[in-house]
Amino acid sequence: MAYKIIGSTCSGCSACDPVCPNEAIREKSGVFIIDPAKCTECVGHFDTAQCVAVCPVDRCIVKA
Amino acid sequence: MQSAYISLGDLKAHRTALAAPAAPQASGCSTTGSAGKASCGSSDGPGDMPAEIWEKVKNHPCYSEEAHHHYARMHVAVAPACNIQCNYCNRKYDCSNESRPGVVSQKLTPDQAVKKVLTVASEIPQMTVLGIAGPGDALANPQKTFETFRQLQEKAPDIKLCLSTNGLALPDYVDEICRYNIDHVTITINMVDPAVGEKIYPWIYWDHRRITGYEAAKVLHERQMLGLKMLTARGVLTKINSVLIPGINDEHLMEVNREVKKRGAFLHNIMPLISEAEHGTHFGLTGQRGPSAQELKDVQDACAGGANLMRHCRQCRADAVGLLGEDRSDEFTLDKIEEMEIVYDLEKRREYQDKVEAERQAQHAAKEAALAAAGGDDGMKVLVAVATTGGGKVNQHFGHATEFQIYELTGASTAFIGHRRVDLYCQGGYGEDEQLPSIVNAINDCHAVLVAKIGACPRDELKAAGIEPVEEYAHEFIEKAALAWFADYRRRVAAGEIEHIERGDARIRQGAVMAA
Repeated sequence: MAYKIIGSTCSGCSACDPVCPNEAIREKSGVFIIDPAKCTECVGHFDTAQCVAVCPVDRCIVKA
Repeated sequence: MQSAYISLGDLKAHRTALAAPAAPQASGCSTTGSAGKASCGSSDGPGDMPAEIWEKVKNHPCYSEEAHHHYARMHVAVAPACNIQCNYCNRKYDCSNESRPGVVSQKLTPDQAVKKVLTVASEIPQMTVLGIAGPGDALANPQKTFETFRQLQEKAPDIKLCLSTNGLALPDYVDEICRYNIDHVTITINMVDPAVGEKIYPWIYWDHRRITGYEAAKVLHERQMLGLKMLTARGVLTKINSVLIPGINDEHLMEVNREVKKRGAFLHNIMPLISEAEHGTHFGLTGQRGPSAQELKDVQDACAGGANLMRHCRQCRADAVGLLGEDRSDEFTLDKIEEMEIVYDLEKRREYQDKVEAERQAQHAAKEAALAAAGGDDGMKVLVAVATTGGGKVNQHFGHATEFQIYELTGASTAFIGHRRVDLYCQGGYGEDEQLPSIVNAINDCHAVLVAKIGACPRDELKAAGIEPVEEYAHEFIEKAALAWFADYRRRVAAGEIEHIERGDARIRQGAVMAA
């Protein structure tokens, strides 16, 4: 149960990083990655996955 | 459903209806020499506004048309994240209207940004303003934005700080903005009616969810109005940027103008939509066009008399450095500033700025003298294009110009009405003849182009297109040169040497021009 960021479409804008309730997102070589061990898909925190809601690129963050 | 496109005729009819009864009729950043208030409030001088406001804007190139010839600004790209989506913006690149599209900025950390600012400040002493304008939204990256401001307030206390935002997060950060003495805030407001807004904003990220459609535009609108009112109450000067989108908000911008004025906005900047398909924006891909030069001017003229109108905006990139209209950011990339020595000498900066101030006063005096000597308004009105590298003078070779400044002249006034970007005509010492038609298109509404010098070929072609190339006033102050040319032009018309013919419309150059 985790999301992943498709690196080739990530714009590196960093919008996802601060909205993650699990601190599961970090920058790696100009784009962002999600630590699947930490990602809970925001269950228990919010109704929708925060990184997906804020990401400006369609279909960049998908279920792993 | 898109509303029908509003024709220019409708706009003009509207303008008459909107004219405020007692407001002086000012068009452009006009200076009439009379007591009439200039519509670019800041362009005329201290007589126009309370002393403390004049003090804040006089050296700010983005707030004062007069200052923009002399003082430089820089933006640092520390704020890449955004909390809304605009149909004119593609976040794969830079925001195409808030910063120029197509070239990806070098993102900076606050520490890198501070170092860059100090380096530029020691290299360009007339740099008086530092802004955070993205490439996302300054307030969607609050930690990075305010950490940069915090450090700069300590290390470069003479630099004015400003930021630009879409307004969604603004009410939450007004205290913080005041804590760091941020004098100037720009809010991009494209609508005051969510029904218009939903055609511009597909979604916002708000209260931990993505909101779409009418509700998204409604929340954004309410937050923008609240933020503007809060800033006004705290005495922060606020400029409103609006993107003119033909058929979507062109007529509506007059209402925007009224509403933001009512809530205390200091300046209103109406900018043309940039929507080339290759930028990959929603508007670009769906064929939404930008306005022509005349359409832009009509909406700006219709709004004059409301909030003060700004016409010298260059829609800078989020990492631009230099005078408006120039971009020296290539000289200050991260690896280059690594090797540069930083000598932040407050005294030296002040001395240099005193010289700049003297030149600006000289330009002002030259303008006043030329206006006093001008023949008087006989109803004839023309536009002229000017090639300048700054300092308020006609001092650029035609072939070296990447933009022309446009002035509207009558027998008794000069008004700066905007600028036109062009492709460089002269490259490596040779004229590029295929560039000339695009330059003619860009200044096609002008009767003359004032330059320091021009080659024989472009001179003949401009003449053939009905635009008079003028070298006689090289290195004169712009307004003085323009009025002198216009006096001579009218003398020639009166003597029957030439015939006065109305000019057509001009095309606004789209997209990136700074990539050298």
